[in-house]
Amino acid sequence: MSAVDQVTAALDRIKRLDPQLKCILRTQDAAAPIKSGDGLLQGVPIAIKDNICTHDGITTCGSKMLANYRSPYDAHVVERLRAAGAVIVAKTNCDEFAMGSSTEHSAFFPTRNPWNPECVPGGTSGGSAAAVAARLVPYALGSDTGGSVRQPAALCGVCGLKPTYGRVSRYGLVAHASSLDQIGPIATDVRGIARMLQVIAGHDPRDSTSAHEPVPDYLAALDQSTGKLCIGVPREYFGDGLDPEIRRAVEAAIETYKSLGATIREVSLPHSKYTIACYYIISTAEASSNLARFDGVRYGHRTANPRDYIDVYSSSRAEGFGPEVKRRIMLGTYALSSGYYDAYYSKALKVRTLIKRDFNEAFSQCDILLSPTSPTPAFKIGEKSDDPLAMYLADIYTTSISLAGIPAISIPCGLTASRLPIGLQLMATHFGEVRLLQAAHQYQSATAFHTATPPVCAE
Amino acid sequence: MQIKPIIGLEIHVQLATRTKMFCACPLEFAAEPNSRTCPVCLGMPGTLPVMNRTALEYSIKAGIALGGRIARFSKWDRKSYYYPDMPKNYQISQYDLPICSEGSFEIPKPDGSTRPVGIIRAHLEEDAGKNLHEGLDHTRVDLNRAGTPLLEIVTKPDIQDADEAYSFCVELQRLVQWLGISEANMQKGQMRFEPNVNVAITDGGVEYRTPISEVKNLNSFRSVRLAIAYEINRQVEAWKADHDYTLAKKGKMNFGWNDAKEATEFQRGKEESHDYRYFPDPDLVPVTVDDATLARLGAEVGELPLARQRRFIDTYGMTAKDCEVILADRATSELYDDAIAQVADAKLLTKQFVGIWNHLASARQSTIAGLGVPQVSVVELAKIVADGTISASAAMQVAEKLCEKGGSALEIAQSAGLIQERDESAMQAWIDQAFTENPQAVADALSDNPKKSKAAPGFLRGQVMKISQGKADPKLTGELIEKKILSLKC
Ligand SMILES: [Zn+2]
Repeated sequence: MSAVDQVTAALDRIKRLDPQLKCILRTQDAAAPIKSGDGLLQGVPIAIKDNICTHDGITTCGSKMLANYRSPYDAHVVERLRAAGAVIVAKTNCDEFAMGSSTEHSAFFPTRNPWNPECVPGGTSGGSAAAVAARLVPYALGSDTGGSVRQPAALCGVCGLKPTYGRVSRYGLVAHASSLDQIGPIATDVRGIARMLQVIAGHDPRDSTSAHEPVPDYLAALDQSTGKLCIGVPREYFGDGLDPEIRRAVEAAIETYKSLGATIREVSLPHSKYTIACYYIISTAEASSNLARFDGVRYGHRTANPRDYIDVYSSSRAEGFGPEVKRRIMLGTYALSSGYYDAYYSKALKVRTLIKRDFNEAFSQCDILLSPTSPTPAFKIGEKSDDPLAMYLADIYTTSISLAGIPAISIPCGLTASRLPIGLQLMATHFGEVRLLQAAHQYQSATAFHTATPPVCAE
Repeated sequence: MQIKPIIGLEIHVQLATRTKMFCACPLEFAAEPNSRTCPVCLGMPGTLPVMNRTALEYSIKAGIALGGRIARFSKWDRKSYYYPDMPKNYQISQYDLPICSEGSFEIPKPDGSTRPVGIIRAHLEEDAGKNLHEGLDHTRVDLNRAGTPLLEIVTKPDIQDADEAYSFCVELQRLVQWLGISEANMQKGQMRFEPNVNVAITDGGVEYRTPISEVKNLNSFRSVRLAIAYEINRQVEAWKADHDYTLAKKGKMNFGWNDAKEATEFQRGKEESHDYRYFPDPDLVPVTVDDATLARLGAEVGELPLARQRRFIDTYGMTAKDCEVILADRATSELYDDAIAQVADAKLLTKQFVGIWNHLASARQSTIAGLGVPQVSVVELAKIVADGTISASAAMQVAEKLCEKGGSALEIAQSAGLIQERDESAMQAWIDQAFTENPQAVADALSDNPKKSKAAPGFLRGQVMKISQGKADPKLTGELIEKKILSLKC
């Protein structure tokens, strides 16, 4: 297909299927001429999560606060994509300011899972994952703070990568929790992930936390031999609360790897039980500070008739933010308050160090760690929206990776009896993306789970 | 009753970097509001700060000059509070690991001695913008200043009175200008002061401490002196009226300064104090300073102004007034210091700096070094006056030309006909002419009247200068006249 055809096809599919899925917040100006060239993504239509800035159109972060916000610049990843010839066709729905696990916290509407429209697509990059699952676009970008790329990828039956912290510039990603946020690609197969990562990875002088590490040829690496893999299975990730169907699928994946010649070894991540608490203290503390700039003074929602400048702040924020964002701002503000800092934030940082140490120890015994991505398959829309704690537990297998800053990928490894996708999570050491993608690709070369399409594709 | 003031200072100095602390916007005073801004310093969503390395080096230099310990590992913290001139509603600052700590800075005393004032810390941070309240029902915000690098220096409460605080501020201004790290221009708000003042009152063997007043945002040396003096007086009076007016009972309070009334004004007490919720900024990486950097910056700091002043006084016999001119800026003092090694007569060079060069510099609203006259010409001019090639009065003309066109001092003197005549036969002719034309003066010189015989040679010398159109070497002329009078006496 020519570049123009690919883009037209994507826009046509969005027009036809998205009204029932609601993945897309906006399609981007299709009238823009498509340039010819030989970029790695020449003419490829791509959807971008709406918390990543694009200079054309609006960037809402799924919030009423930024319902009409126009960014004056393109995010680093968007610059890279455009330079590689990609066409940004749509901005996708997400939980407000990337806070949630179901895309139900979008201020605009919930997104539906292409495998079952009664179910959530996961979150917070639910729009991006669902768009790829429904084959509206071949690739999409999401952002992952505690699992926001991997968990929706798992729930929608596609691949989603969280790169090593610092691998991809955060410049232009509206911050949720700066020490955890990382932009990641979503695609139907590992090759697509490698292709996207190839384009977006690398140092950016505008992000002090972006690494100077050289960017290997990820695509070429896929076709090279992985050597003999040693896969570690952390026992803490198979405890209570893991859905039995998911357990069986992940155990089957372990068998597949065995049959491919991998060595399997049980390992331990002893501080796993503190992960959720540690993650929510650090992420909410950072978020409470990152979101302070949304005050109605310079941009975004401003209350109609403020009494004074204090009221500009309080009413604009009260009106502009949804309940989950407010809950996290309050949690984070509390964790940083004088008298509580040592008990919460400072302690959480120490626990984070212990969690990192757990991973270092585990990786001294194996190349790759393997676990389920999510403890459950996609749940019903509305099922957990009144129970924030239950929602937070959806991230139980993904947050520790974020705290450690290591890369992890979720790939499809089966379907439940009710035909909902199951995700397999693979993890590697810092900047170990080559090994990670090779391991994932090896699995996809031997299985066909990633080729299954949701019923909506038959329409 | 005994009264002992306890004074500490917090000083903000804007650093003279080309660009802002965390973005590439130029630093520019009085530009069109909000014209020197970008997505980063406007706090637009998705933007990230990147540290200005020069600002860090400037603050390390200040730290070295303040005799402080430079942190080999420091970091950035966020200080949270909401204000319209704060684009992110947090300020990037340094909380528990400042770039410099535990210093000591010598300040001059009126009697010529010096006294050390302890420095608790100096840290880097970003400035806020400006709220412009123009009597409207709304506030305008100008963010040109937002993100300007600021060095905050905090002294120990070592300062004993308002005058000492004043001289600390003056000496600090000289230091930062000397180091080339700040213009420290008060009118532009590049140096701002916040004194902390209270008083220890000893009465009947019991010591009372009045509540600490922090006077916010003073922007002149004068207001620092007045505000401190005012606070000392106010606190003593308040305590006299109510012995419960103590630090233990009232805590710390913030005051503003009303320049028209020359009085402080209460702003808020301790119960309204902020919780800034400091935490490490995850957008920035920690700062490390290696040995090589520290050594290089230490060498660039070099001799401090007060030490150099002491050396100039001891070695070259300078007066306080000489120092004011020659140590007004670092480059001028270095020009002098380099030149003096090649000029035998220190007094003459000092005189030329304070007289000729200073005159030319003030006429051009420049510093002496800023005149751009190279050291070699400064040395040459001093030499040709010292050896009598030109007269001291002709030196001004030569210096003027050196400023305008440059070139060789000697060649300028030659082409302007300023070279003094020292050929004895040529001079003898002028002297003979003067004697012939002034018989009365000659008679006076030979007379027994001591008053007359003393005055006459000077008069004759003046005549010779006149006849020679100023070219005769005045010293040699005097000697030849004395000789001729002596020969006439015999
Ligand atoms: Zn800027």
